Amino acid sequence: MKFAVIQFPGSNCDLDMYHAVKDVLGEEAEYVWHDEADLSGFDGVLVPGGFSFGDYLRCGAIARFSNIMKEVVKAAEAGKPVLGVCNGFQVLTEAGLLPGALLRNRDLKFMCRNVTLKVENAGTMFTAEYAEGDELTIPIAHGEGNYYCDDETYSKLKESGRIVFTYSGDNPNGSVGDIAGILNEKGNVLGMMPHPERAVEKLLGSDDGLKMFQSIVKEWRESHANYA
Amino acid sequence: MPTMLEPTAEQIRDEKLYQQMGMTDEEFAMVEKILGRLPNYTEIGLFSVMWSEHCSYKNSKPVLRKFPTEGPQVLQGPGEGAGIVDIGDNQAVVFKMESHNHPSAIEPYQGAATGVGGILRDVFSMGAQPIALLNSLRFGELDHPRTRYLFEEVVAGIAGYGNCIGIPTVGGEVQFDPCYAGNPLVNAMAVGLINHEDIQRGIASGVGNTVMYVGAKTGRDGIHGATFASEELTEDSDEKRPAVQVGDPFMEKLLMDACIELVKSDALVGIQDMGAAGLTSSSAEMASKAGYGVEMNLDLVPQRETGMTAYEMMLSESQERMLIVVKKGREEEINELFHKYGLDAVAIGRVTDDKMLRLYHNGEVVAEVPADALAEEAPVYHKPSAEPQYFRDFQAMAAAEPKVEDLGGTLVSLLQQPTIASKEWVYDQYDHQVRTSTVVKPGSDAAVVRVRGTDKALAMTADCNSRYIYLDPETGGKIAVAEAARNIVCSGGKPLAITDCLNFGSPERTDIFWQIEKSADGISDACRALDAPVIGGNVSLYNERSGEAVYPTPTIGMVGLVEKLDHVTTQHAKEAGDQVYLIGETHTEFGGSELQKLTDGKISGKSPAIDLGVEAARQEALLSAIRDGLVRSAHDLAEGGFAVALAEKLFGTEGLGADVEITGSPITALFSETQSRFLVTVKPEDAEKFGQRVKDAKHIGTITDDARLVIRSADAGTLIEEEINRLETAWKGAIPCLLNSAE
Repeated sequence: MKFAVIQFPGSNCDLDMYHAVKDVLGEEAEYVWHDEADLSGFDGVLVPGGFSFGDYLRCGAIARFSNIMKEVVKAAEAGKPVLGVCNGFQVLTEAGLLPGALLRNRDLKFMCRNVTLKVENAGTMFTAEYAEGDELTIPIAHGEGNYYCDDETYSKLKESGRIVFTYSGDNPNGSVGDIAGILNEKGNVLGMMPHPERAVEKLLGSDDGLKMFQSIVKEWRESHANYA
Repeated sequence: MPTMLEPTAEQIRDEKLYQQMGMTDEEFAMVEKILGRLPNYTEIGLFSVMWSEHCSYKNSKPVLRKFPTEGPQVLQGPGEGAGIVDIGDNQAVVFKMESHNHPSAIEPYQGAATGVGGILRDVFSMGAQPIALLNSLRFGELDHPRTRYLFEEVVAGIAGYGNCIGIPTVGGEVQFDPCYAGNPLVNAMAVGLINHEDIQRGIASGVGNTVMYVGAKTGRDGIHGATFASEELTEDSDEKRPAVQVGDPFMEKLLMDACIELVKSDALVGIQDMGAAGLTSSSAEMASKAGYGVEMNLDLVPQRETGMTAYEMMLSESQERMLIVVKKGREEEINELFHKYGLDAVAIGRVTDDKMLRLYHNGEVVAEVPADALAEEAPVYHKPSAEPQYFRDFQAMAAAEPKVEDLGGTLVSLLQQPTIASKEWVYDQYDHQVRTSTVVKPGSDAAVVRVRGTDKALAMTADCNSRYIYLDPETGGKIAVAEAARNIVCSGGKPLAITDCLNFGSPERTDIFWQIEKSADGISDACRALDAPVIGGNVSLYNERSGEAVYPTPTIGMVGLVEKLDHVTTQHAKEAGDQVYLIGETHTEFGGSELQKLTDGKISGKSPAIDLGVEAARQEALLSAIRDGLVRSAHDLAEGGFAVALAEKLFGTEGLGADVEITGSPITALFSETQSRFLVTVKPEDAEKFGQRVKDAKHIGTITDDARLVIRSADAGTLIEEEINRLETAWKGAIPCLLNSAE
């Protein structure tokens, strides 16, 4: 399976995403610079964290106008898995691929620490390798990860199982309903604030994020085999 | 055209305008002699900034010459952007520490942020990929509202810059003491990795080669920053706020990525950061180092304000700029490279053979001075020094134990001292994991960052106990290096080299200059004993506010090599049943200790002693035991002594405790700050082997699973029995509590 790792000017978790896929998962990965205009050769799209365009104006607000975003939207429409982490999540909400917005953390400070995530829905292409209710140790590192949506959207997300991860115990940033990660309606676009790509090796403290990448690959292989 | 008329050369001389730029009458006369005529306004500006202490080290040079700077591992010693040390496999580590004290004192967020930006440029201008940041911070006591403001904003500034550029801030230290209230210290360190063939130097060679300007545009910010950094702070210093630069980490991220790509190009001749003294220092130093000259047309310098004069452009310290020299005819490909990152590379001049720095503006030559005169010929002063009375008084004091009644309560109080207390509030704001290589995160003795693609890692730390150095600069200087090395060794690394950031008061004072000399002697001795030469650093003098100097604070940044990831060790106890060993004996040494500060409200007496031979032998023995897999956790004894160190070993372990027995006077055994001591835990089955390997290790007890700290005395029964939870809560809550209670 071949992943595109999107690079905006100011992306800084692109390297982490690339190595998680290439070195740990053993799949193919390639960087794609933001002004390129073709993702047709890729099976999945990873929108990494960082400070795209310095996060000036508003997180992700400038990145969504980059050339490559048209292609990311196309990939999402085609049903390819699209994962946005941290700044990538912010970009996906700005681009309208996911509902809601990310506000400044409740305590108004950047925070970098391990949090406990609860798997709310293990029936997605991103979480099939987990069990519902699994608790994962995954790092967060953000200043604006306070997920917000209106009540109607929240109910819709909740009812349709599109709240994939919640913070278990302490909610670090004040997000609505303890939301840490959500899915689009179609189920192939996931945005999350915590960094699964930072949790793929025991050496660095946790490999609880590895199953997410394995879920994506497994789902892709299976659907691919069906076509064959 | 400039809207303001600049003073004429005669006015500068007659009205002694050079004095406002920090130049003396004698220095002005030297400039006149060098040029054979009176300097104009731009020229005297060039000299004043290049001959400032910050750029020329004119007061500290005689002291810096003492440092050992060589060793088989050293690839680049002091004199370039950063020092370089070999780590095998054709790789090298590049690192340096630098101060940003004065800017941070008056504009803490931007002062600290641009400190991070500046030190990163020093590292990537060598061609290296930065992999980690550290910092060493000093403030007054947190009960003062301005101190809380400075502390919060400095931390936010470091976080804002480091997080955005995406280099993890993996370690550091924070010390609180009243002497830093008016003049906080902000020292930032950057560590990078490079392959040997990519090492770059800041040289402008090859007649006709093109001088190009890359990065942010030049504005009027930071004019005379280096001069400002070379004078004492006063009540009026806030008026110097325009001398503080404003940082743009996004711009720097682009510049960093572009420069790392640039060093792979054979079109590049030389590259240097425009740091202190901006365009002036980069051009003059690159020409001087190469033995060539440079001429530049300032009309071509990208400017973000209109009507800037030559003087303003040359002295601006606008951030995120680099000066590069490229082979003639290759300019277009360089421009294309930068263009990908949304940056411009603009040809502004060329290399000449006449060794002059020549500047054109509006069609005229506006400055013409020998590059060597600016970069190399600043006067060197041998300042008088004298041993101060306070030192003699302290040395005459007998060693004494502070009076303590409640031992457990004292331990809690020590854990709440902000210098000892958990710094989680600080490092929680730093992204310490980006680049996914941080093996040991903040909160252990040293941070450990793996070298991706190898089985190696780098251990790194920044340390300085300035209280010891104030009491006894020579001994304290030795201790600073030894403590840094202990932290590296406890993490499984072998010390490679150090960078230092020498923060002192005014060198015009004989007592301060004595502190500088003596601490340099101590640092040099320890560097030799521990085989860790000085590969670069920075000097920050005039750290005074209204006549009050800070404690002498030569911060030591050290990097060590962890040969195998298996050797990585942390301070935290691992498992119940493991055996606890104390390495090193304990004496009654409370001068400059946390307990003395707690009970007396001030420090006095002799600093703890140190025997560098003993120190080196113990470090070697411990490292060999770690490498043989005999050690499960290791922690050096530092501020607060034994009891604090043992408690720290248990924090964050989720349920472990310790039951140990110690000997001698309880207060000394628990709280003395005798040097060269370590606390180690060892698996029971390895205990015998470990005891043979580390001769000075004494078995004192066992790690338990009851989350209690029990310290007994052979003669006096149980001394301390506390729930770890209570101790940890006090230790973790201290800094947030001090910050919140006052709001």
